[in-house]
Amino acid sequence: MTIRLDAVRWSASGRVIVDGVTLDVAPGSTLGLVGPNGSGKSSLLRLVCRLRRVASGVVTLDGTDVAALPRLAVARRVALVEQQAGTEAQLNVRQVVALGRTPHLGALAPWTTADAEAVETALDQVGMAERRDQPWHTLSGGERQRVQIARALAQEPRELLLDEPTNHLDIRHQLEILGLVRRLPATVMVALHDLNLAAMFCDTLAVLQAGRIVAAGPPEAVLDEELIRSVFGVRARVGRSPHHGRPQVEYLVDV
Amino acid sequence: MRDEGRPRLDGWPLRAALAALSVAALVLAIGLAVSTGEMRIPLAAALGAICDRIFGTAFAPSRIQAGIVWDYRLSRALVAACCGATLALCGAILQALLRNPLAEPYVLGISAGASTGAVAVLIVGFGGDVLTLSGGAFLGAVAAVALVALLAAGAGGGTDRVILAGVAGSQLFNAVTSYIVTTSASAEQARGVMFWLLGSLGGVRWPDVYLAAPVALAGFAVAAFHARALDAFAFGSDAAAALGVPVGRVRAVLFGLTAAMAATMVSMVGSIGFVGLVVPHAARFLVGPGHARLLPASLVMGAIFMVLADVVSRILVPQQVLPIGVVTALVGAPAFAAILYRSRRLA
Ligand SMILES: Nc1ncnc2c1ncn2[C@@H]1O[C@H](COP(=O)(O)OP(=O)(O)OP(=O)(O)O)[C@@H](O)[C@H]1O
Ligand SMILES: [Mg+2]
Repeated sequence: MTIRLDAVRWSASGRVIVDGVTLDVAPGSTLGLVGPNGSGKSSLLRLVCRLRRVASGVVTLDGTDVAALPRLAVARRVALVEQQAGTEAQLNVRQVVALGRTPHLGALAPWTTADAEAVETALDQVGMAERRDQPWHTLSGGERQRVQIARALAQEPRELLLDEPTNHLDIRHQLEILGLVRRLPATVMVALHDLNLAAMFCDTLAVLQAGRIVAAGPPEAVLDEELIRSVFGVRARVGRSPHHGRPQVEYLVDV
Repeated sequence: MRDEGRPRLDGWPLRAALAALSVAALVLAIGLAVSTGEMRIPLAAALGAICDRIFGTAFAPSRIQAGIVWDYRLSRALVAACCGATLALCGAILQALLRNPLAEPYVLGISAGASTGAVAVLIVGFGGDVLTLSGGAFLGAVAAVALVALLAAGAGGGTDRVILAGVAGSQLFNAVTSYIVTTSASAEQARGVMFWLLGSLGGVRWPDVYLAAPVALAGFAVAAFHARALDAFAFGSDAAAALGVPVGRVRAVLFGLTAAMAATMVSMVGSIGFVGLVVPHAARFLVGPGHARLLPASLVMGAIFMVLADVVSRILVPQQVLPIGVVTALVGAPAFAAILYRSRRLA
């Protein structure tokens, strides 16, 4: 359940994209990755589930180097929801969610009631159970995202990686999905752009800038006016919510 | 369970019934194929003749009819069935791996590459005594797959690029074939070579069945083993890898398999287009997108389609046999247009 990155570097097209990242995500906790576009959030998540191989450094899950694990072993414990997902296939909602069972089924193993239950539970969790027979192509952007999250949940992961899972969701579903993710027993890494949501739902935050971690720790220790100015180039005031006690960012723009 | 789009009957009795029904349909199509031709032989007599040879009965009314049925028409129908089944499987596999609804051996130039290989062996004597016709076709098919993969990757690797790369590949291989034919072939050879370009079941005999049938069945077994992996490619190769599919190995195995299957069929009957395109789409329409059903459905429907196309090619113009590729293209080209139109609308 522990995800640990130690001096992880990765480059593509001769450019260093992830530059010496060291992170430690405690079992069952939720880590928020924040940072500007192109800072390497998606790349980092792909390195954690070994969709890409690190150039140097190590990623370990419970102390095991992911590079030493077979692809199937990784998929049985780590689920990834990518920033975007598209298909040409004429699948319906349930068929997409059922893909999450792939790593748990062998090539020839039959589909069992346990698999069907995992799919139904996942559909319920994201509020898409009634849409189970709707074609994927007819879903709205936010519904597609929730279905992809359900697919990842059906994978029954011990580590869940989410790449901007809320970017198409309405406010209610943003709150619901992040609340759900936070309550899951899994260890979660989630890339987010909304600093207020990140502060509300994450146990720790890691701020990426140009592939490096520039700050990490509990939201109240990480989010301050100076950091937001230097990383995002935006003036902001950080206060505390009287309701939930978490940091609250107010952007100082003239409208 | 998970393959249903809308509520359907399910469970093994239904599946067994469907399997039996489709095999019966295939047998009927083959029955039709062996009874039609220049000499019309009633269906009962044709089936009787086949029964005689297999079970030693004595149903057939005449020796001549029995001979025509067994020696010519049955082997031809069986090879047609195997070719149709194989090409449809290739189409289903390629469409899933490349995530492109237009992918199939003919469109991607694999058939053209196999033809070039076969023609090179046949006319130039390429490969000396070592390389058989099928071997030459296989090398050509592999070269075509490699070329398409290379071109598509070089062009940015999008799912659309692969079709453009296939078009370029087919043109190149067809040009090489024409070059070989015009520079090296005698007039008689050149006429025979037309057959590679349009496909023909004319010269097919029993030994071809003994090659085509094992290839079709073994190919199906390998493909069916990868059904779940093919499902997982729906959202792309990264998504498949994240679901635990060994993407590199699966791609290598299945591209190799389609090259081998297409090459075997082309070496026997020439390049026949559009079967691999039309049949998987029709099968998807009937059984849904899950490969555990799509692959067997494509197998059977491809077989039936090709057997019937062969029948049509023999009766469409009296006293003349059309190349079977003409018939499949007449059905396939409009279907290609329809699929193109629909995928544009979905995008
Ligand atoms: N395969 C690649 N080849 C070249 N450059 C790449 C590759 N993958 C990522 N990059 C570059 O690396 C940088 C980081 O990309 P990444 O997708 O990780 O950013 P991100 O933090 O997720 O951004 P966003 O907030 O926009 O999603 C980008 O500048 C991107 O262009
Ligand atoms: Mg990203």
